[in-house]
Amino acid sequence: MLSYVLRRLAYGFVILIGVNLITFVLFFTVNTPDDMARLNLGGKRVTQDQIDKWKAERGYDKPMLYNAEAQGSARLTETVFWERSVSLFVFDFGRADNAAGGDIGHEIRQRMGVSLSLTVPIFILGLLASVILSLWLVMFRGLPVDFWGVVVCVVMMSISALFYIIVGQFLFAKQAMLAPVSGYASGLDAARFLVLPIGLMVVASLAGQARFYRTLFLEEVSKDYVRTARAKGLGETVVLGRHVLRNAALPIITSAGSALPGLFMGGLLTESFFGIPGLGAYTIDAIGSQDFAIVRAMVFLGSVLYILTNILIDVVYTWADPRVRMQ
Amino acid sequence: MGFKFVVLWTDVVMWLMVLGVLLYARVVRRDQALRATWRRVFTRPAAMASAVVLLSMLVITLADSIHFRRALPLVEGSVRAYDARTESVLDLALAKLIQSRENSYSRPWATHGFLKESVPLPAGVKPELDEFGVPKLPPRAFPRLKHGGAGLTDPDGQWAGDIALRLSLGTASALMVAGLLRWPLLRLQRRQSRAAAQAGDALAWGAAWWALSALLLVAGWCVALSWGQGYHVLGTDRTGNDVLYQALKSVRTAFVIGGLASLATLPLALLLGIAAGYFKGWVDDVIQYIYTVLSSVPNILLIAACVLMVQVFLDKNPELFETGLERADLKIFLLCLILGLTGWAGLCRLLRAETLKLRELEFVQAAVAFGASPWRIMRHHILPNVMHLVLITTVLEFSSLILYEAVLSYVGVGVDPAMNSFGGLINQARMEMARDPIVWWSFAAAFVFMVTIVLAANLFADAVRDAFDPRARVVRPVRRLLAPAR
Repeated sequence: MLSYVLRRLAYGFVILIGVNLITFVLFFTVNTPDDMARLNLGGKRVTQDQIDKWKAERGYDKPMLYNAEAQGSARLTETVFWERSVSLFVFDFGRADNAAGGDIGHEIRQRMGVSLSLTVPIFILGLLASVILSLWLVMFRGLPVDFWGVVVCVVMMSISALFYIIVGQFLFAKQAMLAPVSGYASGLDAARFLVLPIGLMVVASLAGQARFYRTLFLEEVSKDYVRTARAKGLGETVVLGRHVLRNAALPIITSAGSALPGLFMGGLLTESFFGIPGLGAYTIDAIGSQDFAIVRAMVFLGSVLYILTNILIDVVYTWADPRVRMQ
Repeated sequence: MGFKFVVLWTDVVMWLMVLGVLLYARVVRRDQALRATWRRVFTRPAAMASAVVLLSMLVITLADSIHFRRALPLVEGSVRAYDARTESVLDLALAKLIQSRENSYSRPWATHGFLKESVPLPAGVKPELDEFGVPKLPPRAFPRLKHGGAGLTDPDGQWAGDIALRLSLGTASALMVAGLLRWPLLRLQRRQSRAAAQAGDALAWGAAWWALSALLLVAGWCVALSWGQGYHVLGTDRTGNDVLYQALKSVRTAFVIGGLASLATLPLALLLGIAAGYFKGWVDDVIQYIYTVLSSVPNILLIAACVLMVQVFLDKNPELFETGLERADLKIFLLCLILGLTGWAGLCRLLRAETLKLRELEFVQAAVAFGASPWRIMRHHILPNVMHLVLITTVLEFSSLILYEAVLSYVGVGVDPAMNSFGGLINQARMEMARDPIVWWSFAAAFVFMVTIVLAANLFADAVRDAFDPRARVVRPVRRLLAPAR
């Protein structure tokens, strides 16, 4: 078990090197720091002096990969690549590109908890709700309930998450005043602000997942062991809830990994709509103000989280299915 | 009056795509197996109706994909100059909607503005003074719209009658056209043999007629309501532009994103996926590494990073485009390429797995024994056998990309703000929903159009998947067997 996890972590590290190279190529070779400076300072009439000052303040004036003027190991460390890319591995994100130049690492530490308290419930509740809904549909398979349930699912899938958020915020927060429109508080008080975004994102992702899980369950339902269970005289609820659910859990866990990117996006949207000061809102602000340092840091951090969660899902997978041997 | 054609990047690609689809249709006509599979798609009423909806949207898209600039009146001794505004054929058809610009918000079908304005006093009339001798502020009232219901002399009294007349005229003409179309479609339905109908193999021409009639009805209402001195069917936005026009223009953006971006994923996914599965070994390792790296970065962040870089690139090279529209077009073109470059991992993984299976089969082994080159085997023996996967994924991608565009535009990395898009409409609607009383119509317009397109695409994609995926066919009859048993 441990050696498996360690091996996976090692491969994850190799993947991260690739991510790092991609971001470096994307941010520093497609466009030079000069172009970034010009865009950030704004306007066509930016003098070279201003650009040089901007670059010097942020350490972009050093050579890209190899500093011939420095001595010893500093030849490699006194470079943009080392300071801006390699340092990400020790989670040293540096300073933001904007005028304030805040410490990105500090911001991330502040906002990480907020984001997790939003996305983890969305993930778990969304999984639970869609499994329950799909099991319920499977229970009525072949009946009108199932048919119309699927129709409703397809219609709901065709509605952008943005609509759910905007309409939900309008109905529940503005009209019914069941929850605050936006904002955030620390501690337990935060729940008040999180209920609505979590609920809306669960509803937004419900239909697509439920429909997918329904097909997984239907595949299982037609297998022999299900017939055996029924022949033993077990009720439909027990058959579905115990036998089918356990066997269908494996593909569901696998597909949970593919729901992660959506989770990132959901976090991004809800945080900016509901004024929750998490990483998503931070990223959107950074994109809006074209702050390359923050976007770069978020790309790296997002990949780290993604890789770690995928490893976690694989571990859960082996735990859920004793047949799977970890290799 | 002269004009010159403007060929935009996305125009070219859209027309090439239509050409590609036509060529594919010819291949399908000749290939019996393919024809039978596609037949199965169109036997489903939902798929047939969706196809009709999508086709009508495609017509709008194509009309919006022929661009030109009008020539300005010639001034003596100067070179011929062209209008800075680029128009499309769709703009010509909707010229009335563009011209009937109001001052600000107005509700759908309204005769008066949505916001109160000060009514200027007639010339020569002095404002009344209040008890302190200060001139009173001019009275505030809902202004009469310049174009909305301009023909009515007494808006309050005549409005309901006018609307009713227009709606019934629209309904009548739509029903008439639908009635005329009923004959040929019913003929088509009848010409299919009874055996086909019993085997459930009859094409769903009836559903096509229903979908067409519904579309005609909606179009009839829209035309009748806005005809002549008509109304703004979906109201106007903050700057007084017709929302219906914006929504219709957004259709093209959605189709360009959905079509072009899913097309852009294909080359890399096909090449790398098949190569990885066929060669195995280190080639497989390298390709797997590449797509694992790519899919490890949360997609939206990667796209955001790429789009930021594209923005820098566009700012640096202003000589690449002449007009604002060309800039916006280049941006959406590059956005599609980015979506393609960041989104091929999923299909690549699928193709690799399928190729791994195929390469062990006898016909591939036979080709190897004959001494066929790897390239030839991949191209002639493996590629045709994975095309169903490509087709299913592309069709499925289409709708999710349209949804994605709205999110990207909201985040600020989508299409150019100057370009009409559903994301832009939603973004704008977000501020309007916070007003009191709320301005709901841009939001509703974006909602209705988007749901229609995406729902149609989803239903069509489902039918395509069920018809082309061999696994789906195995599952279906079992389901049918189970149902009556309960």
